[in-house]
Amino acid sequence: MSDSGTKFVIGIYEDEDVLLNAISSVREKGVSIYEVYSPFPVHGIEDKLGYKRSRLSIAAFCFGFLGLSLALTMMIGMMTIDWPMIIGGKDFLPLPVFIPVTFEMTVLLSAFGMVGTFFVISDLKPWGIPKTFDLRSTDNKHVMAIEIEKNQMNEVELKKLLVSNGASETSIKVMDV
Amino acid sequence: MHVESKLRKPLITGGKTLKDVSEDICKRVEGKPSLMWYAAMIISNITLVVGAYAVYRTLWDGIGMWGLNKTVMWAWDITNFVWWVGIGHAGTLISAILLLFRQRWRMAINRSAEAMTIFAVICAAMFPLLHMGRLWIGLIWVLPLPNTYGSLWVNFASPLLWDVFAITTYFSVSLVFWYIGLIPDFATIRDRAKRAGRKISAFIYGVLSFGWDGAAKTWSRYETVSLVLAGLATPLVLSVHTIVSMDFATSVIPGWHTTIFPPYFVAGAIFSGFAMVLTLLIITRRVYNLEDYITIKHLELMNIVIIVTGSIVGIAYLTELFMAWYSGVEYEQYAFYNRVTGPYWWAYWSMMTCNVISPQLFWFKKIRTNIAATFIISIIVNIGMWFERFVIIVTSLHRDFLPSSWAMFYPTIYDVGMYLFTFGLFFTAFLAFSKYFPVINMAEVKSILKHTGEKK
Repeated sequence: MSDSGTKFVIGIYEDEDVLLNAISSVREKGVSIYEVYSPFPVHGIEDKLGYKRSRLSIAAFCFGFLGLSLALTMMIGMMTIDWPMIIGGKDFLPLPVFIPVTFEMTVLLSAFGMVGTFFVISDLKPWGIPKTFDLRSTDNKHVMAIEIEKNQMNEVELKKLLVSNGASETSIKVMDV
Repeated sequence: MHVESKLRKPLITGGKTLKDVSEDICKRVEGKPSLMWYAAMIISNITLVVGAYAVYRTLWDGIGMWGLNKTVMWAWDITNFVWWVGIGHAGTLISAILLLFRQRWRMAINRSAEAMTIFAVICAAMFPLLHMGRLWIGLIWVLPLPNTYGSLWVNFASPLLWDVFAITTYFSVSLVFWYIGLIPDFATIRDRAKRAGRKISAFIYGVLSFGWDGAAKTWSRYETVSLVLAGLATPLVLSVHTIVSMDFATSVIPGWHTTIFPPYFVAGAIFSGFAMVLTLLIITRRVYNLEDYITIKHLELMNIVIIVTGSIVGIAYLTELFMAWYSGVEYEQYAFYNRVTGPYWWAYWSMMTCNVISPQLFWFKKIRTNIAATFIISIIVNIGMWFERFVIIVTSLHRDFLPSSWAMFYPTIYDVGMYLFTFGLFFTAFLAFSKYFPVINMAEVKSILKHTGEKK
């Protein structure tokens, strides 16, 4: 094992319900979990890990509002201020005809803004390197990673704790994180 | 903990484990395609190339190559456009609206339905783009830029411009929604390739998977993103066909000038979209042995959506006839009288038979759970929906206000060629997708496996 990098204890879990109970028991013992990796979204895992609700919906709202403002500014600027014209007998500020484009621009910016924010905060990019503790974590196993230095217990005690809570395998892994 | 009623039929049969799900879906991507796939790909490519000649002549010689005339100035081009856009609607309905309604049966079918949406919208976009004649200038004309004849802007009061915004937004948001769902599955393929030592595959799917590692924090954000995207895509999908219908409804042509168009078009779009999803999935599940994931139960539920939307469409047809009579407007009454009994009576009655009568057969459980019957009816519905657009467009135009301008529409081989081109494009894209991309959303299917999968 190399000296660089951080040392982790890894626990492999087969079943999501066993995993959820294990997270609670491990955290009750005062052990801090680095992260849990799963092949699919496990219902209720964020509460067990104590994660706060994502604020991405707020980002979606803000970007949506930006889209709405841009659309109205564009259309009012072009059709009301720069070159006013009467089309179909409507006045120079025909708000009802602006509804479709305003709606589409709101949705477009909201969706792209939120997804862009999600990519940035989750560090997802084409050249991104995944933190793979175990290659099976995208297939059929749940992987719990515990950073040894951040905890009071030593390697052996941590491994024992994970096994007693249903881990099917445990190991030590050094990673650059 | 989640508890599922024992009365519900399992959504995944065959006693699959998490490992089996990865194996069943990934082996199509990793292995060599079957002979049937090659045969289908070759036929699609030939169709694409033959059709490309019609596209070339349209661009080189202009749209005079089509069968349009002064009276029927819109025909196959817009019919095909509306038909393809309509087909696209099922994908978003399945992935967005069914997500909001927590319908878990969507999970096995949403990936291919979304792919279908994206390819169908590309095919649809071909028609308005090529209709511009000089595509390279037309593309600039639709942008909100001052044009070359003075600083005059695009007309935001035109439904055709609303369409530009609607279709662009719909396409790009659907693409993002689809891709977000693909990321975790690409990561599965990447890690399988790493374990098997396939370096090129690991690299390509590594780039595609954006460094996804399945951390609980990322999954939590991913679920928020999916939910908000579904919330955004739901009104979006309803808006797109509403705006498409306004291309007609805001005009003053008898037969087009009706307020029923938006809901009627949206129902028709979902109707035809589900029919196309059924056609594609019945073939896909058979060729790729996915019967355990796309079960008869899935097909039956889709058939129920077809009965509902098909009946809405049927009521809309009858309402149109009633309103034409009730309006007391001579032109409106003639437009519909001519539709039913005029020279295009065969198109009207084909539409009525295919769209109103054939889906009613799904009231019988035996028929809606029969794969061969479902396959045939799904194709009949798609033919019917093509006729619906043809009837609305051509029969409303061909009897102009002045009898001296009355005309018929006869398609040329270039009209046919353009339509073939989009078929070639659609099936080439879909076949490539079914080979290189996971056709079923593995992560979502795995998340419901424990509770709704059949036990061994």
